[in-house]
Amino acid sequence: MATPAATELSEVTRDDASLRRFLHGLPGVDQVGVEQRAAGLGTRSIKKAAKLFAIDTAISMVDLTTLEGADTPGKVRTLAAKARRPDPDYPDVPHVGAVCVYPDLVEVAVTALAGSGVGVASVATAFPSGRSNLGVKLADTEMAVHAGASEIDMVIDRGAFLSGRYGRVFDEIVAVKAACGDAHLKVILETGELSTYDNVRRASWLALLAGGDFIKTSTGKVTPAATLPVTHVMLQAVRDWWERTGQLRGVKPAGGIRTTKDAIRYLVAVHEVAGPEWLSPELFRFGASSLLNDLLMQRRAQIEGHYSGPDYVTVD
Amino acid sequence: MSGEPMSWEYAPAPESRDIANLKPAYRMFVDGKFVDGTGEPLKTINPATEEVLAEVATASKADIDTAVRAARRAYDKVWGRMPGAERAKYVFRIARLIQERTRELAVLESLDNGKPIKESRDVDVPTAAAHFFYHAGWADKLGHAGYGPNPRPLGVAGQVIPWNFPLLMAAWKIAPALACGNTVVLKPAETTPLTALVLAEICQQADLPAGVVNILPGAGDVGAELVNHAGVDKVAFTGSTEVGKLIQRSLAGTGKKLTLELGGKAANIVFDDAPLDQAVEGIVNGIFFNQGHVCCAGSRLLVQESVADELLAKLRYRVSTLRLGDPLDKNTDVGAINSKAQLDKIRELTESGDSEGAQKWTSPCPMPDKGFFFAPTVFSDVQQSMRIAREEIFGPVLSVLTFRTPEEAVAKANNTPYGLSAGIWTEKGSRILWTAQRMRAGVVWANTFNRFDPTAPFGGYQESGFGREGGRAGLEAYLDV
Repeated sequence: MATPAATELSEVTRDDASLRRFLHGLPGVDQVGVEQRAAGLGTRSIKKAAKLFAIDTAISMVDLTTLEGADTPGKVRTLAAKARRPDPDYPDVPHVGAVCVYPDLVEVAVTALAGSGVGVASVATAFPSGRSNLGVKLADTEMAVHAGASEIDMVIDRGAFLSGRYGRVFDEIVAVKAACGDAHLKVILETGELSTYDNVRRASWLALLAGGDFIKTSTGKVTPAATLPVTHVMLQAVRDWWERTGQLRGVKPAGGIRTTKDAIRYLVAVHEVAGPEWLSPELFRFGASSLLNDLLMQRRAQIEGHYSGPDYVTVD
Repeated sequence: MSGEPMSWEYAPAPESRDIANLKPAYRMFVDGKFVDGTGEPLKTINPATEEVLAEVATASKADIDTAVRAARRAYDKVWGRMPGAERAKYVFRIARLIQERTRELAVLESLDNGKPIKESRDVDVPTAAAHFFYHAGWADKLGHAGYGPNPRPLGVAGQVIPWNFPLLMAAWKIAPALACGNTVVLKPAETTPLTALVLAEICQQADLPAGVVNILPGAGDVGAELVNHAGVDKVAFTGSTEVGKLIQRSLAGTGKKLTLELGGKAANIVFDDAPLDQAVEGIVNGIFFNQGHVCCAGSRLLVQESVADELLAKLRYRVSTLRLGDPLDKNTDVGAINSKAQLDKIRELTESGDSEGAQKWTSPCPMPDKGFFFAPTVFSDVQQSMRIAREEIFGPVLSVLTFRTPEEAVAKANNTPYGLSAGIWTEKGSRILWTAQRMRAGVVWANTFNRFDPTAPFGGYQESGFGREGGRAGLEAYLDV
């Protein structure tokens, strides 16, 4: 941390004006160019052993998520069982990265997942809109942490960000990070509301500067959710961050990733934009629910040589 | 699942070579029929493996004469007097048949040329079809092209094309010629004749009247004979500046109309306010697309000193992720150099860069043990006076120079005998316009590079040639105006 680059970075967060100057001084993102690159990398053809590796890696990166008003302890326990052992017929399938729930259900998930190695992630900070005061957001976070959450998925104040109050967003992330204790912090940018790639890059740096362990695209409650070009911009940000500070931070696209084909496109981007170091659940996650079953079906197809139907994998 | 970074090797994903319908022998196409040539047959090889792909007939002087006479007959009796709306139907049909045979053409092109299947599939073949579609649309609207109410064709066009985009260059030449009412004798490059001969089959399939398109494979001597033939009214050449000058000299005073699309040493200018990550993509696309075998390649990178280090670090990382190898593998980014001769030329110029004191960096990518391959290479600390800054390398070798002010960038960019293309990278619109106005180049791309569209005229300044291909301006080359 004592590198000149790190010192320089601590300077930029000194006040609102420095932060603004820094974020607006980041190189722009050309929309046509980044979309062309994402589409180009999307044509990689991943077959055979490379595909099986991708499927297992993707499974281990899934944050199996349920964020519904109708969630119950029963639903969460079902999800936890699936997370531990995604395909009962194939015990060699890795467990997923984490189960992601609302704060009041963290305790149920923690109990159900005890000893499994599967993390428990909780959304917090007045998810999904983030429209509350800091006290409530911190209380929300503390509640999840006390219940045993190992990962907190917070949302940034998009209103403050879009009106240029970067210091406020920064301070809030710093406060939530402090409230997390040992829990990992994922910072949801809600890129669908930020609208431009330039904003995505600035918000990514803001979250990294404030200490976020992961930057995450979306809540899943706003359209568009994760897209490939947005994820490219964020992967580039964590790579740039690593180049500058030597610290590895993670990325989590969430929402709308439903098929194995999609997941593999994301993994190719992880591999070639950020680098092979990021091909690990410590540094890349998928926020998804239906993706897992498609991965399991494709895994069976790879191993058995034919497709079976959706009835051969468990619904949840 | 933590600790050591995982290694993810992509399994080979080759396109099947059977799709190419490769035949052991190909014949030339004259007067609507495939016939034996009386020249010495040539063997075309796969540059990725050095194996012989097929034996190809070549034209003798007598064959050229027969072909030009057939083209003249077709022009006088059928094509030159056919209403534009009727000609359009044939040209549309050719476009559709190219689309129908896309995979076959793409695989054949990659086998014969060495370019990655990704490129032949996603760029060459679709763009070739697009050129026929675009020009088919003009055939009955030439009176509205700005060349008078009823512009007339020129007659017989003798066309000579290079090996870097074999099918696409054939399309660039043939489509406007036919749309305007001319007939064609075309000579594909010696090392890449195959897709042009499949295009000849497509002409047959489309019931194109005999003699409207004739394809004569052969080496430079066939090209020289063709362009100097007295029965040719119009010459179109794409290739080296050296040969272009010879042609211009020999055509002087003959009254033949000439267009030349020659070499280049394009500058890609990156200002300090550029979108850097996308500029890196544009630089990579500019010089490593098609192994750098592109006349408009962005072979000189001019980067503003204040961002040079950051940009170069990003560029080297990005270049190290390029996958070099089997052109038929769908994941290959950089394929084979087209010929031994070209590989030798690239090596020779690269050595000159070393000996003149430029800093060489080469991608650590694994190299195949056979075939003609050259690892992507970036020279930094290049000075304007070095050969690698002045001569066209026509390979995957980038020369990086720096500048301090926009004026210096413009001066360095224009300080070349060529003038085919240029790239400008900045987020500031006014700077794009300011720079573009000062570029002596036929094509200027802003925040992108190597984009081709049949509606956009393409061509050069100075030693990069004259005449335009594509767009309304491109029609002029094939009309008596």
